[in-house]
Amino acid sequence: MKTLAELQAIKEKMVGQMNVREGDKSVRVVVGMATCGIAAGARPVLQTFSEVVQKNNLSDVAVTQTGCIGLCQFEPIVEITKPGEEKVTYINMDADKAREVAEQHLMRGIIIAEYTVNNSTLVK
Amino acid sequence: MMSELSLNVLDITQNSVKAGAGLIEISVSINADVMIIEIIDDGCGMSDEQLKAAVDPFYTTRTTRSVGLGISFFKQAAEMTGGRFCITSEVGIGTRVKAEFVLGHIDRLPLGDMNATVETLILCNPDINFVYRYRVCETEFTLSTSAIREIMEDIPLNAPEVTNFIKDFLRENTNNCNKLLKGLHI
Repeated sequence: MKTLAELQAIKEKMVGQMNVREGDKSVRVVVGMATCGIAAGARPVLQTFSEVVQKNNLSDVAVTQTGCIGLCQFEPIVEITKPGEEKVTYINMDADKAREVAEQHLMRGIIIAEYTVNNSTLVK
Repeated sequence: MMSELSLNVLDITQNSVKAGAGLIEISVSINADVMIIEIIDDGCGMSDEQLKAAVDPFYTTRTTRSVGLGISFFKQAAEMTGGRFCITSEVGIGTRVKAEFVLGHIDRLPLGDMNATVETLILCNPDINFVYRYRVCETEFTLSTSAIREIMEDIPLNAPEVTNFIKDFLRENTNNCNKLLKGLHI
């Protein structure tokens, strides 16, 4: 079973690599994590973003949380901000959509318009 | 309403984060027919008046909407199993939330993925100290982020290697405790 003793080895392995990784976190993925967001399924959405970011070593991306932004009916909501670009707000997210958005928007720069708040078909 | 209690815990703990807590202790303890979930923080605390208002679903400090359901949801989830709920707080000292659930009650929500809740909290708040205790009968384990921090020094707790370690640590230790449940689903 895992014990904290294993961390020492992990640390030693990491120390040499730290400088490479510490880039500027200029891209922000913000997940709404108030009661409304959590009840609607924000936890797996946040976990999925974090997983894709970590697995693909997207060192310029910070995955963070925020409270309620007042659009509870559209939760889970994810806002993505890239430098020099307008903020994109994705609504009604789930883990599958989150993976898609992470792979398209974060990794390839392609906005999935279908899932954004601007798409009037979703906003009823 | 939340679909599992671990989501209530995530939600309630967000209050501790907003209260500026430096240390948040979360414990889940299962014994015989009772499960006790406790969240203790050293945040800014609440006055008696705020505390009374906190359990009122139509009270909130936020300005983006006019309801605050987090504490009401958790209280309801405990009380509908015949269990108890209690919240105490002191300005400048912190807040303590304790909920007792009758395990065998038909209306008890599943505990759900507590590990995902703890992982999410650490991931989003790498600078807060979390102590998570999980106990089934006499077997328990503790995860303390300050102990991890002591070993990792200036490596952030949301670095991928550390995240993966925490994930494995939680899963293996939880499974070990859950052996005592003999297949009982919680």
